[in-house]
Amino acid sequence: MRPLTNEPCLFAKPTLLIRKFSFSMSFEVPADVEAKVDERITHYPVSKRSAVLPVIHELQHHFGFISEPAVEWIAEKLELEPIKVLEVVTFYPGIRQSAPGKYHIRVCRTLSCAMAGSYELMESLCETAKIDRSGVNHHNPIAVSPDGKFSIEFAECLASCGTGPVCLVNDDFYEAVEDAGELLGKYK
Amino acid sequence: MSEEKSDLIDVQINGEWHSFPKGTRMIEACRLAGFEVPHYCYHPKLTSPGNCRMCLVEMGMPPRPRPGEDPPEPDEDGHVPISWIPRPAIACANTIAPNMGIRTESEMTEECREGVMELLLANHPLDCPICDQAGECSLQEFSVEHGNGQSRFREQKVKKPKNVDIGPRIRLDDERCIMCSRCIRFMDEIADDPVLGFTDRGSHTTLTVHPGHELSNNYSLNTADICPVGALTSNDFRFQMRVWFMKETHTIDTNCATGCNVTVFSREDKIYRVIPRRNDDVNSDWMPDSHRLNIHWIDSEARLTDPLIRDEDGKNHRVANWAEALQRSAEALRDFDGGEIAVIASARMTNEELLITKRLVKQLNAGHVDVVPRVGEPDGYLISADRNPNTNGAKLVLGVEDPGASLDQIKDGIAQGRIKALICLQENLVDDAGFSAENLGKLDFLLTSYPLANPTAEAADIVLPGACWAEKSGTMINGTGRLQRLNKCIDGPGQTRESWEIVRDLIQALGGGNGIYSATELFAQLGDEVSEFEGITFGQIGDLGIPLIETDETIPLLEREAERKAQGLIVG
Amino acid sequence: MSDLKYIAGKEPHPRERRMIFKNVDREGWDQSIDTYEKDGGYEMLKKALKMEPGDITSEVKAGGLRGRGGAGFPTGVKWGFLPPNNEKPVYLICNADESEPGTFKDRYIIHQDPHQLIEGMVISCFAVNAKLAYIYIREEFPEGAAILEKAIEEAHAKGYLGKDILGTGFDLEIYVHRGAGAYICGEETGLIESLEGKRPYPRIKPPYFPAAMGLYLCPTIVNNVETLCHVKHIIELGGEEWAKIGKPNNTGTRLLCVSGDVQKPGYYEVEVGSLTMGELINDVCGGLKEGRKLLAVIPGGSSAKVLRGDETYQVGDDELTIWDIPMDFDTLAACGSMAGSGGVIVIDDSRSISWVLNNINAFYAHESCGQCTPCREGSLWMKKITDRVVAGKASPQDIDTLYGVAKNIDGRTICAFGEACSWPTESFVEKFKDELVADTKPELSDDILNPESELAAAGLG
Repeated sequence: MRPLTNEPCLFAKPTLLIRKFSFSMSFEVPADVEAKVDERITHYPVSKRSAVLPVIHELQHHFGFISEPAVEWIAEKLELEPIKVLEVVTFYPGIRQSAPGKYHIRVCRTLSCAMAGSYELMESLCETAKIDRSGVNHHNPIAVSPDGKFSIEFAECLASCGTGPVCLVNDDFYEAVEDAGELLGKYK
Repeated sequence: MSEEKSDLIDVQINGEWHSFPKGTRMIEACRLAGFEVPHYCYHPKLTSPGNCRMCLVEMGMPPRPRPGEDPPEPDEDGHVPISWIPRPAIACANTIAPNMGIRTESEMTEECREGVMELLLANHPLDCPICDQAGECSLQEFSVEHGNGQSRFREQKVKKPKNVDIGPRIRLDDERCIMCSRCIRFMDEIADDPVLGFTDRGSHTTLTVHPGHELSNNYSLNTADICPVGALTSNDFRFQMRVWFMKETHTIDTNCATGCNVTVFSREDKIYRVIPRRNDDVNSDWMPDSHRLNIHWIDSEARLTDPLIRDEDGKNHRVANWAEALQRSAEALRDFDGGEIAVIASARMTNEELLITKRLVKQLNAGHVDVVPRVGEPDGYLISADRNPNTNGAKLVLGVEDPGASLDQIKDGIAQGRIKALICLQENLVDDAGFSAENLGKLDFLLTSYPLANPTAEAADIVLPGACWAEKSGTMINGTGRLQRLNKCIDGPGQTRESWEIVRDLIQALGGGNGIYSATELFAQLGDEVSEFEGITFGQIGDLGIPLIETDETIPLLEREAERKAQGLIVG
Repeated sequence: MSDLKYIAGKEPHPRERRMIFKNVDREGWDQSIDTYEKDGGYEMLKKALKMEPGDITSEVKAGGLRGRGGAGFPTGVKWGFLPPNNEKPVYLICNADESEPGTFKDRYIIHQDPHQLIEGMVISCFAVNAKLAYIYIREEFPEGAAILEKAIEEAHAKGYLGKDILGTGFDLEIYVHRGAGAYICGEETGLIESLEGKRPYPRIKPPYFPAAMGLYLCPTIVNNVETLCHVKHIIELGGEEWAKIGKPNNTGTRLLCVSGDVQKPGYYEVEVGSLTMGELINDVCGGLKEGRKLLAVIPGGSSAKVLRGDETYQVGDDELTIWDIPMDFDTLAACGSMAGSGGVIVIDDSRSISWVLNNINAFYAHESCGQCTPCREGSLWMKKITDRVVAGKASPQDIDTLYGVAKNIDGRTICAFGEACSWPTESFVEKFKDELVADTKPELSDDILNPESELAAAGLG
């Protein structure tokens, strides 16, 4: 015989507003990075949530990309559901979700630079750094060289259309780039 | 809203002038004027992001005179000619303005709808033949009404995750999703459990839960209800039955005192699903998963389908017919004094059943009457602490002032042999009221009626198969004092009967009065015996119920919706 | 200004009038506050702080300053939209998300003259009573963000920012907020959502006009970098005097950014309307490349409608060739395009029109936020069609479809991105249909490239 029950017992109570997560131990934010994060948060006295991008930038600057544990760390830090952080992380091409090379190159793809030869620049950079971009697609925009030294992707308009083709290598900006070898040679 | 008459605004809709209260959204004004504006993202209970663009309409305002130009002459009704704006406007988030014009059937409006439909379908998989939403899919419906019948889209479609397990009760097909964001807003704004979100961007935008997390909230199935397409579907219901084959019955949920209004979908006396039905005084548009899914016992093997009589050997039960079971019961009950008889009814019974139960008590002159209370944690949304649907009815109609207060006395009375006969209607005393089988074994006579086999039935001399909530009609009074109708959705299995019939027949077998042929008749008699019901007709209660008595109970979810409405965030 | 010396090879053209870019490429100039102060920096702030805030707004209105971000909306009018009896905090946001392709002006202000922006911002904040301001700078300007943060620190140290600025009792904090690579954050409500830590989905207007319900649903003013810099100069000259620069309703100077097929691409600050397209290309930019003819010009950032090189335009009673068009807001609008963000992209006859349009479509498909249906679905669709045109896999009917898709987006979206992404396609098809069709193949007209549509076409869908 099976008892009749009208009682909801199979279901969790909807009481969790903010969940607590345990991270894998491998993800740790160094104290100095966390201090910068905490300082950034003070720039947003009205809403901590506003600090999502600044905190992401601090972590990306340190780790090179934003991993899943990083998303959860940020969510906990800013008292958000992790999905609200992931929504932001996946929206912006400026936020990487996979590890780039030691030097990450962003070549401007947009019209004026393309007219000035940015596609050709992309090709010669890839050739010089031995990067294979055949696997690149919307979901995997970054290609990394076999030695992990360089990674590359196209970026949309870097707002220096008068001096194309332009590119960023990490935070360094280069205009009217002609010689891929010379550019890459600056990075040891 | 308590606007005065002067707060009414004149709006011209498809050439006719109408008046609506200030603050009315254009889409609602059109609806009230008889013109449904197709929409996907708009939902009156959620904020309006205006993202689907399906509700674009042609709009006009009074002309603005150039400097030096005279303002236009109003006509005899005070209206000026409308200057139509070349850019369409969304009807969902914009409120009406004085002398506004709206055209829901103009060439511009039709072009917008056709255009948006084509774009919505561009990357849609068009898998209607295998989609569970077919038959109640807004995309399908509006496509027929407003689409142009064929697509110019020849490209490869964007590929997205399919058949994603995002929670225990909901499945996601991202290719069907039209990014209306209703589900996200529901979880953010109503359920306070913001686990859903969009990832990626542009055409690649993807609805998802965070990796490793779940949409497991007890209100998760509401997201499937409001999903206008087949992106979110119920694991419990998917592929069980095409919607157009099913019968829809408006009734109420009986899992707690809130009495959520529901629509029950059934076919051939099997219930396939229960979905919330809008009632802004009870459950808004929502209901808890736990309540709507509590239906699978109804057609389970544990259902009692025939009257049972304890064998002469005293151990097993044998199948009997109703006449014999009732006859045996009446004979047995005649041997006891009223003081030796207890009746335990249920706050899950309808007012009508409780009324006739009261007559039985009177007929037997039973000395002890009670119902079994059910108390749990309220969830702060729609689930009341009182898990009985009609405690107010038990108090008002059966006259049990403090439900459960006599249960211990009855147990003691049985243990001490003072109480010798017990009639248990729609309750399971062993599992739900703390009676032991040993205690019940001391009774000379135990009659129980219940939908399912249970330990109380095991101890009984007579077991009568009772109809469940979906198999009967009647009325109940919810926690806030609202009188609501329970409507029969399906026939019960085998020889099951509704409690009012069982009790009527028992009274008859005992030699009491008769002449009652339906629950509605009993309802009509309620007014004679319970003053609160005086003058109320069954029809008057309608689909949405009416306030009957004052209680101090409120429904937290509704309170919060009222706040959002007052802030102008939602239409409500 | 004649005593100003500029770095050799980067001297302004004689037709220029350097106001905003006075210090760009100036010899001996650096970004420090000392250099700025020595040049008279922050004097206009001192002047403004002695004025009534409302009078500053009046001067800006009198100057007729129009926003330099792209839409050209009058700045004083925008400030005037702040609710009169407001009791909520007011925020000011500097839109430094410069990302309209073809535009590269804010970059140089930020990198070379950050204090000009800070001064303009403090004056503007004082005018609108904002006590908290953000500079939303695009992520691709990492150096610019660092420069601005340093400038803010310097201004703080000198008492131009922080509590009780210069003893006036006015408090203001400015913070730099870096974006992360999204064109849509240039749209002011998208920017606000981004600054709130959300996906930068533009808000519906009404009701979310930033001046009434902006950042944190409080009154918010969003102005472009160049616009805010102009405020400083309006204080210096007075609105009426400033308005004498340029043309009526098109006042002040304008930073024109020229890129593409000219001899000397670059940035040129000119009085609005003081140059025609021909003068800009031939005189200022050194003309087209050797032996080339003008095919097209996109005059105001890539979302502006394209102008055909051999076309004539009816403006009032005049018939103008492309060379005659004065580069001001109103005339470019009358020619069916816009001055937009000032980014002039010159295209000569060495280019394939299909390739140009496809490059633009790829940009907008990449940048569509995906919030509302027409742009989300339409921008990628248009890109896919022009992908095929460029690859020689399209039919002539595809060009009609392309146009139809653009028309289905235009005017039907939440924000102006709908126009930004559809206008290029609309104008390219309108003006270069023959060129586009020439790249297609009639025999491909029955191709269906996805299995779902094949099923649907067979009536099974």
